Amino acid sequence: MHWLGLWHYWAVIILMMIGLYILIARDNLVKKVMGLSIFQVSVIMFYVSIAKIEGGTAPIIPESGNQLVYSNPLPHVLMLTAIVVGISTTALALALIVRIQEAYGTVEDGELNEIDGHSP
Amino acid sequence: MPLPIEIVLFLFLLSTAIAIARLEDLFAAAMLTGIFSLLSAGLFTIMDAVDVAFTEAAVGAGVATVFILCTLSLTAKREYQQPTKVLPFIVVGITGAALIYGTLDMPAYGDPDAVTHRHLSAKFIEIEERAMFSQNEHAVESARHGNEEKAVGLPNIVTSILASYRGYDTFGEVTVIFTATIGVMLLLRGRRHKKSFTSQSRSDGNDVVKEQPMRMREKIILRVVSKAFIPFIFMFALYVQFHGDFGPGGGFQAGVIFAAGIILYGVIFGLDTMRSAVPERVLVYGIISGLILYGGVGIVSLLSGANFLDYDILDTHNPAHGQHLGILLVELGVGITVTCAMTTIFYGLAGRGKQ
Amino acid sequence: MVAVLEILSWTCLVVGPILCIIGGIGLLRLPDFYARTHAAGITDTLGAGLIILGLILQAGFSLVMVKLIFIIIFMLLINPGATHGLAKAAYAQGVKVESEEEELDAATD
Repeated sequence: MHWLGLWHYWAVIILMMIGLYILIARDNLVKKVMGLSIFQVSVIMFYVSIAKIEGGTAPIIPESGNQLVYSNPLPHVLMLTAIVVGISTTALALALIVRIQEAYGTVEDGELNEIDGHSP
Repeated sequence: MPLPIEIVLFLFLLSTAIAIARLEDLFAAAMLTGIFSLLSAGLFTIMDAVDVAFTEAAVGAGVATVFILCTLSLTAKREYQQPTKVLPFIVVGITGAALIYGTLDMPAYGDPDAVTHRHLSAKFIEIEERAMFSQNEHAVESARHGNEEKAVGLPNIVTSILASYRGYDTFGEVTVIFTATIGVMLLLRGRRHKKSFTSQSRSDGNDVVKEQPMRMREKIILRVVSKAFIPFIFMFALYVQFHGDFGPGGGFQAGVIFAAGIILYGVIFGLDTMRSAVPERVLVYGIISGLILYGGVGIVSLLSGANFLDYDILDTHNPAHGQHLGILLVELGVGITVTCAMTTIFYGLAGRGKQ
Repeated sequence: MVAVLEILSWTCLVVGPILCIIGGIGLLRLPDFYARTHAAGITDTLGAGLIILGLILQAGFSLVMVKLIFIIIFMLLINPGATHGLAKAAYAQGVKVESEEEELDAATD
C-alpha cells in the first residue's frame, strides 16, 4: 500500500486548507493574516517532510567519526529563507492593516467595501 | 511506521487550526497562532530539521505573536459574526482534493531512494564529510581536488549550505528583511493625521477598560524577573550566533532572540525608556551596516580577483580558513540586520498608539 | 546504581506528564480566571520540572545535563513570573473573581 506512506503529506495538506479557508472566508484583516501564517507554516512543513529520511538524523556531522545517514539538508536551507520572508511579509501586512484602520476606521472587509462604494 | 508522537502533534495542530478559524476573540486567536508555531517547531525537530525548528520557534512563537498583539491593540479586539458561507468550503475542498491527487505520485515519507536526496544534497554531504574526517592539515584541499565544488569543513551542513554554497540566496533574504523594514518604517513612522480613526471609535461593548498604564512601583516582580534574565537572553543570542557553525543556530535565530530581549525590556519598562536605551538612529544604522557587511564581503572577494561572495580569497594560504572567516562575517551581518529590523518593526507597531 | 537512576528517572518521566494532565483538566474545569492560573502553575513548575529532572537523570554527566540544568532554572523562575504578569494584567483590566463568598455574605446578612 503505497498510499500508507503518504499520510504525512495529506495531514499537511489538510492544515494548508484550513489556513486557506481562514484566508478567504473571514472578513477581519488580522484574522486573514493569521490564516496566512498557518498556511505558510504548513507549506514549510510540507517541504521539511520531503527532506526526511527513514533512520536519518539531523544534518550535523558529529565529532566522532561515525558514518551516519543524514536527512536532506537542502530543503532545510530553503525553508529557513522561507520563514524569514514569511515574517517580513507578515510585518508589512500588519503595518498596512494599522494604516487602514486609521484611514477607514474599520478592518472588516465588508465594511471597507461599503465605504469604498464597491458591492460587498 | 508513524511514531505516536507525530500523530499526537498533528492532532494538536489540527485542533489548534480549527480553533483559530472558529474563534471570534482575536486576542485568543493570536495566542493560538503562537502555539501553532511552537507545536510545528516540535514537529520539525522530530523530522530532523533542527535549524528550521529553532527558527520557527523563535519567529512564530516569539516576534510574530508580539506583532499581531500590537496590531490588535490598535485595531478591533473581536471580529464580527458572519453567516457561514458555502463557497469557501467548496473552493478549499476542490483545492485540497487536487493537491492530494498531486501527492499520489510522490515517494513515500522517509524513502531513502527518493529523487530529492540525490544529486546536489548527496554531493554536499559527501564533500563536507570528507573534509571533516580527513586528519591531515590540507584535508579540505584534498577534498577539493576531486570536485569543482569547494569544501567548507563545518560540522553544521545547513549553515555551510546557507552561507557558502547558497550565499546568494541568503543575501537576497537579508535584502528582503531590509526592504520590509523600510516599508514598515515608511508606513508607521510618520505622525498620525488629526482626522484618523482610533480603535476607540468602534464601541466594543466593554469600554469600561482603564487606559492608564501601570506605574513602575506596582510592577516590582516583573521588573526584577526581567532585569535578572535579559542579560542571559542577550548572552544566549550571542551563543546562538557564533555557535551556528557547530550546532543549530546562526545569524537569523540569534537576531530574533536578541530582538526578543530588547522587546521584553520595552514591554516591562515602557517605550520611552526603551527608546532612550536603544535609540532609533542606532537601529537604522544597524540595519544598513548588516547589509553592507554582507555585501562588503562579496565586494572584497570581487576586488581580490575571485567571484562575488567567494570566500576562498579571504585567506590565501588556507582557503578553508577563508571560508570560515567569510561565514562568520556574513552571519554577523545577518544577525545585526535581523535584530535591528525586528526591533524597528516593534517600535513602529507599538509606538503608534499614544500619539 | 544505574538501576536506581533508571527507576528514578522513569518515575519522574511518568509522574511529570500525569501532573501536566491534571493541570490541563484544571484549566478546563475551574470556574474563573484566577483559579485557572493556579492550574497553569502546576504545569509550569512541577509538571515540566519533573520531566526535565527525569531527562537530567537519563543524560548522565555530560554537556546535555548542564544545558538541562540551565533550562530548569530559567523555567522555574520565568514561567511563574509570566503567570504573575498575566494575573496582574487581568486584575488591571477588571476581571472579576467568581467566588462563593458573596453568596455567603448575602446569606449571613
